[in-house]
Amino acid sequence: MWSRRQGRLRPTVCGVEELRRRRREREAALRKARREQQLVSKRLLRNDAPEEAGEGCVAAILGETEVQQFLRQAQRGTEEKEREGALVSLRRGLQHPETQQTFIRLEGSMRTLVGLLTSNQALLQLEAARCLHELSHSEQSTVAEACLPATSYLLTYLSSHSSDFIELCLYTLGNLIVESEAVRRQLLPQGIVPALAACIQSPHVAVLEALGYALSQLLQAEEAPEKIIPSILASTLPQHMLQMLQPGPKLNPGVAVEFAWCLHYIICSQVSNPLLIGHGALSTLGLLLLDLAGAVQKTEDAGLELLACPVLRCLSNLLTEAAVETVGGQMQLRDERVVAALFILLQFFFQKQPSLLPEGLWLLNNLTANSPSFCTSLLSLDLIEPLLQLLPVSNVVLTVLCNVAEKGPAYCQRLWPGPLLPALLHTLAFSDTEVVGQSLELLHLLFLYQPEAVQVFLQQSGLQALERHQEEAQLQDRVYALQQTALQG
Amino acid sequence: MQLPPALCARLAAGPGAAEPLPVERDPAAGAAPFRFVARPVRFPREHQFFEDGDVQRHLYLQDVIMQVADVPEKPRVPAFACQVAGCCQVFDALDDYEHHYHTLHGNVCSFCKRAFPSGHLLDAHILEWHDSLFQILSERQDMYQCLVEGCTEKFKTSRDRKDHMVRMHLYPADFRFDKPKKSRRIPSTICFGQGAARGFKSNKKKTKQC
Repeated sequence: MWSRRQGRLRPTVCGVEELRRRRREREAALRKARREQQLVSKRLLRNDAPEEAGEGCVAAILGETEVQQFLRQAQRGTEEKEREGALVSLRRGLQHPETQQTFIRLEGSMRTLVGLLTSNQALLQLEAARCLHELSHSEQSTVAEACLPATSYLLTYLSSHSSDFIELCLYTLGNLIVESEAVRRQLLPQGIVPALAACIQSPHVAVLEALGYALSQLLQAEEAPEKIIPSILASTLPQHMLQMLQPGPKLNPGVAVEFAWCLHYIICSQVSNPLLIGHGALSTLGLLLLDLAGAVQKTEDAGLELLACPVLRCLSNLLTEAAVETVGGQMQLRDERVVAALFILLQFFFQKQPSLLPEGLWLLNNLTANSPSFCTSLLSLDLIEPLLQLLPVSNVVLTVLCNVAEKGPAYCQRLWPGPLLPALLHTLAFSDTEVVGQSLELLHLLFLYQPEAVQVFLQQSGLQALERHQEEAQLQDRVYALQQTALQG
Repeated sequence: MQLPPALCARLAAGPGAAEPLPVERDPAAGAAPFRFVARPVRFPREHQFFEDGDVQRHLYLQDVIMQVADVPEKPRVPAFACQVAGCCQVFDALDDYEHHYHTLHGNVCSFCKRAFPSGHLLDAHILEWHDSLFQILSERQDMYQCLVEGCTEKFKTSRDRKDHMVRMHLYPADFRFDKPKKSRRIPSTICFGQGAARGFKSNKKKTKQC
């Protein structure tokens, strides 16, 4: 089930070092783009057969005459193979931005291409669609906008029966969507949401993954919360999305990743999360989390963090909704296995993807904040010590411990004696005001509900640890209060 | 990071919620200068907290993370011909044949042999072009249904429908799957009444430009 995904990249001829270097570059570029709110990525499907790649990794740029020639041949050639060949040559040329520009500037070129796309010659249709797909991959909005005349057909073909073709149309749409608001402004009245809602019932995994991709691009649009998400929530898409996330033999990781990200974009936009909770999102996502923890234990390293990340985010954000509490004041998500699963995932992140640790801890905070049951689980499953091991990673560890401690003496009794006090004495030595502040809060709760801890604190030079921060404006009052408590205790 | 050995067993065991320890808060807990309040935290879309995960997601989209070098090649088979009567296309890959079959022989109108991309468009075509009852009814009520998936609007004439699709749905005016009928054929069952001077149009078969 979690076996390695087959990708569609051309065979790579570069070495491992080169790949790493490129990856670092891309990562830096993506980070910069995100900070500028310009994070946009497109999927490129290329499945040139190996012998075609032998013509040199890079296809030649086509000039105006050549583009015209290929188009004419494709349109009016006598032999179907000849016509197809012309389009293949055009498609290869379109891998180049220069050729793309030449193409869109040529009068009638898009019209011809659309004519070929809608012709009855199946193979010409496919090649024309591939040409469009190349164009859709451009980073220039002008090129994406030049594809506007084709969108009504791309949408129409989503209800056709050729799964390869549908897949191609979906990736093309996904790429166009993300490039330009003008494209989205046209696609919405053209009925993209109902078209996707109909298409999501396809049994083909490749189609579903492509659909998830297109939808995720639509949901990432800046105007999505106002203009797109409401109509998506009103359609049958949410129920189908959640179905794709249900663990079991039918779960496909590639498909699940796309729809999990879709769900994340919807949920963090906070348009109508109670609706999703009503559809069972919490329980589906909870079960999926359990499934992920199980998969991680089998050490099948197939990019599980790609799915874990959006699942964590969705759960965390959903848990902030008031609708989470049912009539009895109990949370809808109550299974303590969720806590066990989360820690198994935290351990996995610790080893493989430390950047996800803060996200995992965020979920832990949201699970424990208002839940005596989950706080009790943390204690009864012996998770305090593993939690303390994550102290260097994030202050949220302290917040979670406060969540537990603030519930009263019954909870603090289980926090002491143990590794907690030594850990706190250690964090008091930090200079980070945030960390120390949280530590002071925790100490206060511990002293209040477990007064025996005070003596031990004093014996272990606790007062000296506190003195360090006496002058710090943000900490003074609390330091003083704790000193008083300690001296009186 | 060490986990207690019993944890995996707990995951594998059945669902259950821990019986919560009794909650007993002292008002002094939240008294100034202390200010801790247990609360779930939410992060909105653009929050910086999401940066790392978002970057990983986009690396994936750019196919860098999954270092897959295999390009699935189209499996070639010995050449075979399409078995549909009158079709002489030959193929050497099953995917190509699948696409050909669905495009050309999939949703085909049995009256005029025209092929449509979907069952939905085929149904609309048969209704509007080949159903005499439709013609009669359309004189009295709005019968031309909007062709856009999800839109339930109906119109008196195909012209009105086209205008709607162009204006509301931003469809092209020459949308290929909404061609107007070339001639309004009067169904042969209609009679103009006894002694009528009018006759029928020539019955000579015209070659349709499909």
